[in-house]
Amino acid sequence: MPEPRPDPRGGAPGPGFGGPGAPAEAIRRDEADPSSLAFEGDAGMLQVDAVAAGPESGRRRLGGGLNVTAWIAIIWIVFVVLIAVLAKTGLATWGDPQNSIASCASKGPFAQGGSAPGHLLGCDSIGRDMVARLALGAWESLLVSVGAITVGFVIGGGLGLIAGYFGGFVDTLLSGMFNVLLSVPAIVLALALVAFLEGSPENAANSALPDWVVLIIAIGIVSIPLVGRISRASALSWSQREFVLAARAQGAKGGRIMIRELLPNVAPAMFSIALLGVAIAIVAEGTLAILGVGVRPPTPSWGNIIALDRGLLLTSPHIVFEPSILIFLTALALNYLGDVVRTRFDVREAGI
Amino acid sequence: MRTELLRFIARRLIQLAIVLLVVTFFTFLLIRLLPGDPVQTIIPFAKGPQFAKERAQLRQDLGLNKSFLGQYWSYLIGLLQGHLGHQYSSGLPVSKLVDQSLPVSLQLMIYAQVISLVVAIPLGIVAAYRAGTKTDSAINTSSFALLALPNFVLALFLSFLIGAKLHWLPTAGYAPGWLDPLFDGTQHMHLGQHLTYMILPSITLAVGQIAVYMRLLRSDMIATLQENFITLAKAKGITNRRILWRHALRPSSLTMLTVAGLNVGTLIGGAIVVEVIYDLPGMGEKIFQAVEARSYVELQSYVVVIAVLFVLVNFLVDFLYAVLDPRIRRARTPA
Repeated sequence: MPEPRPDPRGGAPGPGFGGPGAPAEAIRRDEADPSSLAFEGDAGMLQVDAVAAGPESGRRRLGGGLNVTAWIAIIWIVFVVLIAVLAKTGLATWGDPQNSIASCASKGPFAQGGSAPGHLLGCDSIGRDMVARLALGAWESLLVSVGAITVGFVIGGGLGLIAGYFGGFVDTLLSGMFNVLLSVPAIVLALALVAFLEGSPENAANSALPDWVVLIIAIGIVSIPLVGRISRASALSWSQREFVLAARAQGAKGGRIMIRELLPNVAPAMFSIALLGVAIAIVAEGTLAILGVGVRPPTPSWGNIIALDRGLLLTSPHIVFEPSILIFLTALALNYLGDVVRTRFDVREAGI
Repeated sequence: MRTELLRFIARRLIQLAIVLLVVTFFTFLLIRLLPGDPVQTIIPFAKGPQFAKERAQLRQDLGLNKSFLGQYWSYLIGLLQGHLGHQYSSGLPVSKLVDQSLPVSLQLMIYAQVISLVVAIPLGIVAAYRAGTKTDSAINTSSFALLALPNFVLALFLSFLIGAKLHWLPTAGYAPGWLDPLFDGTQHMHLGQHLTYMILPSITLAVGQIAVYMRLLRSDMIATLQENFITLAKAKGITNRRILWRHALRPSSLTMLTVAGLNVGTLIGGAIVVEVIYDLPGMGEKIFQAVEARSYVELQSYVVVIAVLFVLVNFLVDFLYAVLDPRIRRARTPA
């Protein structure tokens, strides 16, 4: 981690993305980690905003200085989580997501069959209320994505920390492992893993693992190398700082240094990437569902609502687009918040 | 100088071999770990005990009586000779299916890359030139939204818009283009039709990349524009347009082009959902069908093919940069 620099943009307006400091970052990153360039294919997606935090930023209270957009994003996320939890626990329901009403089938806003009175967002192809299904679907989508990112962060983050701190052979081995996992496109790997974990379609219904666990494992494994590489790069630069040397001089062992010295410094960077990770995982759940390996019906998830009635795209577009819009808005909000966190904590390490 | 380059190539080739060995080993291991017995699947026990002899014969034919490492070894040898196995349902060799589907994915990838670069470069230049202005923040905001837009949402939206409302273009299907005959000699090409089928999928795939490329170019360009040689060019009275396109673009485009190069690998086979929604018979759709049928051997072959392509493409990109930019060569050799 380089020393804090004065804000190179001076009083430049607006939180520009990838400010003027970015190229310098790229070069510095490259010096620290000669192999890092090889798989920065997705770097652009999560390019680090190189705006250096001013001296006052550390003292700002949490929540202070957030702009309107950030608040809207936070409110949206809280809203989605709240709906999901309420629908799952049954504290507040929006009707029965499994109850099908024949007269309502395929009807809804913009549908050829006309709108469905009493059902604000219409019904799906067999007449189940969309509001109820979307609310419960939010739970499944969030469960899978947050679970997967947790798996990815615990394992990938841990391995990255170990690789970055110990270096040498351990680093070569772990980085090699990350690179091998990255040598297959993420979606292909996730798809193959789900297919493998679920077994054959006949067995899928009574497989040992519930489908959401399968999805968490598959998406989690895919995220391990992505998270691992960032955590490694971050740990690598922090472990060369004096306070680590001081801890070592006082006799601290590797495990203690990693947990007490490196982790608190690596964590803010990881948090901003976790938000982006959840966004990517929500999209991944939708993608896998469209490819036929998501959460199995009748349990709704945002992805499988789209997948089930994709054939009705032209006649009943509402069934496909309502969950699509929810996925997009949630991903957008998480992306934005990730960016805000990144700027706030002055995260400068490599992107996913 | 020359030895430096050779050493770089040798190092990367060894890495390439290791990655390929590990990928094939693990895919092979996963397939073996699967519950179920292929012999059982082909000749079910329900058919009765009189098929025991056929089963034993099949077991031998499939090489399943060998040890695990023995099986892996013969698999690897077969792979080197281009044997990718057969599709269970049709009995067709997988290599033939790859020949049919790979050009589709390659063409899709090429179109998507061309579209995204053609759109992203001017936008990136404008955003950098007008950094901090309303134009810049408008471009930034919209690229931010595009980044969060999932491929499948855009694909569904475009097929709804065009398919249900406007009817300008076909939203599903495929006609062979200029690359298909090279892989599959028997086919004719229908270039006009081919392009109409490819427009929507290519745009869908390109949109996400536009935002990525634009941002990379913008941030590098802002730095370049602060360099002394730009000030000199301005002092010489060269027009802004010429400075931006002729002086600043090339030194600023390295990061963007690197990422574009690496995306080549990701976009082949990584475009599954786009291929499935637009019904394009590419590698992605083949993978999807293999997963749907739980045809693991076929799936394994596709994964291996894609991993090989991915690693080879990355190798080529790295190699090109090592040739073009000596700093990279020097920075990487001690690793």
